[in-house]
Amino acid sequence: MSEHHHGDGHGHHHDNHFTDMEARVKALETVLTEKGLIDPEAIDAIVETYETKVGPRNGARVVAKAWSDPEFADWLKRDATAAIASLGFAGRQGEHMRAVFNTPDTHNLVVCTLCSCYPWAVLGLPPVWYKAPPYRSRAVIDPRGVLAEFGLELSAEKKIRVWDSTAELRYLVVPERPEGTEGFSEDALAELVTRDSMIGTGLALSREAAR
Amino acid sequence: MNGPHDLGGQHGLGPIAPEKDEPYFHAEWEKRALGITLSCGAFGAWTLDESRHARESLPPPIYLSASYYEIWVRALETLLKRHGFITQAELDTGHMLEKGREPKRVLKAEMAAGVLAKGGPCDRPVDRPPRFAVGQTVRTKNFNPETHTRLPRYARAKVGVVEAVQGSFVFPDDNAHGKGENPQWLYTVVFDAGEVWGEGADPTLTVSIDAWESYLERV
Repeated sequence: MSEHHHGDGHGHHHDNHFTDMEARVKALETVLTEKGLIDPEAIDAIVETYETKVGPRNGARVVAKAWSDPEFADWLKRDATAAIASLGFAGRQGEHMRAVFNTPDTHNLVVCTLCSCYPWAVLGLPPVWYKAPPYRSRAVIDPRGVLAEFGLELSAEKKIRVWDSTAELRYLVVPERPEGTEGFSEDALAELVTRDSMIGTGLALSREAAR
Repeated sequence: MNGPHDLGGQHGLGPIAPEKDEPYFHAEWEKRALGITLSCGAFGAWTLDESRHARESLPPPIYLSASYYEIWVRALETLLKRHGFITQAELDTGHMLEKGREPKRVLKAEMAAGVLAKGGPCDRPVDRPPRFAVGQTVRTKNFNPETHTRLPRYARAKVGVVEAVQGSFVFPDDNAHGKGENPQWLYTVVFDAGEVWGEGADPTLTVSIDAWESYLERV
C-alpha cells in the first residue's frame, strides 16, 4: 500500500493526520452548528453511548446466557434479533442479527470485505483493524494467516467458515464454552467472553487465563 | 462499482496489527466525526446505501490510506454538498455563508438515545415467493456495474449453495441511486474456497455472502 496520499496534495503519513483532520472536522462541525443542522450536545450523547453503554459486554452477556440456558441458545439460533432484544440489546447496526455457533468441527469468522459492517448493538464500535484494508482483504482468502496474527492456531482439520457481511445481517459468533466451567454463573461466564471471540479472531478465555 | 472498497482477496495490504487494549477513539476529532455522521444521517436526506456509495467513490489512493473515520468525513462532505445543505466555500472558510436546505429532522441531544435504540430496519415485505430454496445450487452473476453493488468481485460468477433464505430486504443497488427500495429476497450463499480462489485454496475453508435474489442465477 502507498504510504502517502497522492490525491489531496498533503502527503503526510496517515498516522500523522490528526492535525489536518482536526481542522477539517472542526470546520465541518462549525458550519453545521451555525446552520442549526446539528446539536453539539447530541454528538456528545452519541459518543457517550458508545463509550459507556453499547459495547462488547453486551455480546458477552448474550453468549454467557446461551452457554447456560439451552432454550435461550435455541432461540438465539432461530431468531437472534428477538433473543438478543430480550436482554435489552437492540438498535442501530443490530436490527437484523444472526448468531453463528462454533463447534468442535467448525470455527466461524466474521468480516465485511466491502465496508465496516459490524454488530454495534452487541459489540459496540468496531476496532480499527476490523475496518482497515489488511483484515478486510485477507479474512476471506487466508483466514488461518489472519488468525495467526491474533495468536490463534487452529488444528489443520478444523473447518473454517468465513461470513462476509455483504447485506444488513449482522453476525455474532458464539464461541465454544471453555472446559471446566460447569457451575459457573452467567456473570462468571461472561468474563470469559472476549470481543475477539465474538468476531472469530479469538476463542473464549480458559478458566485459568481469566484469573 | 469496482472501487477501492472491494477488498476481498487482495494482497499486499500489510499486517493487521491488532492493538492491545485498543481505545474506541484515537483522537478527539474521531468522536466528533462519529457524532456528526450519525447526526447528519438523521436528516433523512440520503440512505445508508447512498452513504456507502459516497465512501467507496473516494479516489483509491485516499480510500486506502485514510482511517475509516476520515473516509466517513470525506464522504459526508460530499453528501452534504450534493443535497444542498452546505457548500465547498463554507467548508473552506469554516463558517456559514448562506442559508442552505432545511432537513426533515435535526437530531437533538434528547432524541439521540431513542434514535440509536431504534436503528433503521431494512427488511421489507415482497409479494412474491423466493425464487431459490435452501440447498439449491446457484451461480452468482458476472457483472461490473459502475454503480453501487453489494456483490463483491471475488464472489461473481461463482457456484455456491443456498444455505438460508434470510427474508426480504431493501435492494442497495437501486436504493443507493435514488431509484427506490425495490426489496428482494436475500439469501446466504456458501462457496467452497476452491470455487472462489482456485489452485492453492484452503481445503478447510468455506466463505459465505448474503446475496440479493437478482445477484443469483439457476445452475
